[in-house]
Amino acid sequence: MTEGYAPSRKTTEGRVYNLTGGDWDSVMAEVGPFKEERLVLNMGPQHPSTHGVLRMVTELEGETVTDLRTVIGYLHTGIEKNVEYRTWTQGVTFLTRADYLAPIFNETVYCLGVEKLLGVEVPARAQLIRLMLMEINRVSSHWVALATGGMEMGALTAMTNGLRARERCLDVFELITGLRMNHAFVRPGGIAQDLPEGTVEAVRQWLKDIRVEINGLRTLVGQQPIWINRLKDVGWLGVEGCISLGVTGPMLRAAGLPWDLRKTEPYLGYETFDFEVPTQDTGDCWARFLVRLDEMWESTRIVEQALERLEPGPVWVDDPKIAWPAKLSVGPDGMGNSLEHVEKIMNGSMESLIHHFKLVTEGFRVPAGQVYTAVESPRGELGAHVVSDGGTRPYRVHLREPSFVNLQSTAALCIGGMISDVIASVGSIDPVMGGVDR
Amino acid sequence: MSENPPEQSAAEIAKSTIGEGPGDGVVSGQRHGMFGVAGSGDTSGFGGLVRDRWVAPAAERPYGGYFDEIVDNLEVAYPEFGQAVSRVVVDRGELTLHVEREHLVGLAGALRNDQSLRFELLSSVSGVDYYDEQNPDSKRLHSVYHLTSMTYRRRLRLEVAVTVEDPHVPSLTGLYPTADWQERETWDMYGIVYDGHPALTRILMPDDWPGHPQRKDYPLGGIHVQYKGATIPPPDERRAYK
Repeated sequence: MTEGYAPSRKTTEGRVYNLTGGDWDSVMAEVGPFKEERLVLNMGPQHPSTHGVLRMVTELEGETVTDLRTVIGYLHTGIEKNVEYRTWTQGVTFLTRADYLAPIFNETVYCLGVEKLLGVEVPARAQLIRLMLMEINRVSSHWVALATGGMEMGALTAMTNGLRARERCLDVFELITGLRMNHAFVRPGGIAQDLPEGTVEAVRQWLKDIRVEINGLRTLVGQQPIWINRLKDVGWLGVEGCISLGVTGPMLRAAGLPWDLRKTEPYLGYETFDFEVPTQDTGDCWARFLVRLDEMWESTRIVEQALERLEPGPVWVDDPKIAWPAKLSVGPDGMGNSLEHVEKIMNGSMESLIHHFKLVTEGFRVPAGQVYTAVESPRGELGAHVVSDGGTRPYRVHLREPSFVNLQSTAALCIGGMISDVIASVGSIDPVMGGVDR
Repeated sequence: MSENPPEQSAAEIAKSTIGEGPGDGVVSGQRHGMFGVAGSGDTSGFGGLVRDRWVAPAAERPYGGYFDEIVDNLEVAYPEFGQAVSRVVVDRGELTLHVEREHLVGLAGALRNDQSLRFELLSSVSGVDYYDEQNPDSKRLHSVYHLTSMTYRRRLRLEVAVTVEDPHVPSLTGLYPTADWQERETWDMYGIVYDGHPALTRILMPDDWPGHPQRKDYPLGGIHVQYKGATIPPPDERRAYK
């Protein structure tokens, strides 16, 4: 028995054993053979294969899962509550941290909601940059899904390749937004800053590199017999099951329904882009793997088209009561306010200083009302229910998180299958606990 | 999509700003301050803020776009529509039906099953607390449902309001299994009790947590935490810059 942990204790049903990994044999030597076949096994919340702090309580008969409960809340940070105490602009800084693998989507869906409440539309260039960043983000998020999913099933090369490919995406983000994650780049009324010099060349290079990586993964594991055997016919969920459980995104498309908000309810001008919605019809982990792989390719096509359409223009709405007063610039010590702007408000115009101060500290008012906006995030329908009471701070922001909703399907995927398939199934849901718990 | 929701001009939206349009809406109560701060300490200047609460006005026919069709079909599919829906609101190109809780399951069933409506997907369940200091017994807790019709590519919002003393709303888990966790979250954060839910337990907060954190009278911070020696002062003290 392992010392230093909670002692074994009698429960209402059977004994409790603490296993910390790798000590199964020594524990079993002390216990002797199990007389009962029924075993309640707790996995997580700290376990490398549970995709973050997810806890699963599984009931086993031999190696077959007879019951499974998912326990969440270990990463609850009260983002939705905190946002109510900040200005509309500051809200972005919190919400970007919800689903930390898809920050641009969180920011964009919230900003689209605020802009709908305000009744403004951002300029075409800002829309295009948002769209392009979202697609790069979709690629980077899918890379993490495939990399961690591979790692959990022992395909370590898939992990190292996947994380290397994701680095390329993060490098692009770093160039454009200044940060690799949690950008707070998309703001209500526009984007924080125009694209820096050299962006188009960097994204073109990224397109070249990432396509090599996608093809590389396709050949690396796409025909790998162990990989195929671990995924095929595992974790099945059909279209009816998906819709009744609210499951959207790659899981729904892998079951055969081409439901993609970019096509069905286009936003930010997606209807003008030429791309396919990849689908499969087997509804298993293998189909989800293929859908994600194909989606990455389609995203690169969208980015390619977006690059060609980039025209110079403003990136903030033409409304000084909303648009951020300071123009940001890259200085020798990183990103900051432009010297020109500081000079103007400190030495030139008192009114500009007051305007800057009021807008930055107090923020702008948003007319009262409520809206629901939705975008297609890498995991499905990401919705924002934004309520304003007419003040300078959000009255209520609720994120309809696809990770949270999709995770409800864990039991449906796993019960009746083998314990080893639980890992593959959860990996194929691709839950991000930051988004689940918020 | 051939039919678009009605457009609302920026000027029309601006009318709904607090203080300008109480004639359109129903003013119910006022809000004071932002942080529950009395006296100084609040450097943002929001402590002295007094604002009238704004309630979206009921819409009149024609609602515009596909909204009339939804309501027409729903009146046929659910004959008790008149008693079930207390108010129809059209705002920002979105349709909201304010539903009496006794009729919620029946109405949602009609929305899901009727051939002409087909709201197959319950996208989101969330809560909103329209807290009113002067009138704490009002129906301040709102359970908000966002339905999606994948067949017709339409969206619709249902809203049910209850009081804190009697926070019971029938569960939609029987119709939409996806409501399971979302209703648990709304119970956890707002204390709305979903009758008929198979296991209404806390989901994000610890099981033994007292209170419902996202209610407006629940403070941000200032909650005793389990870590040794750690204390978190309430925001009004934190912001005093002593």
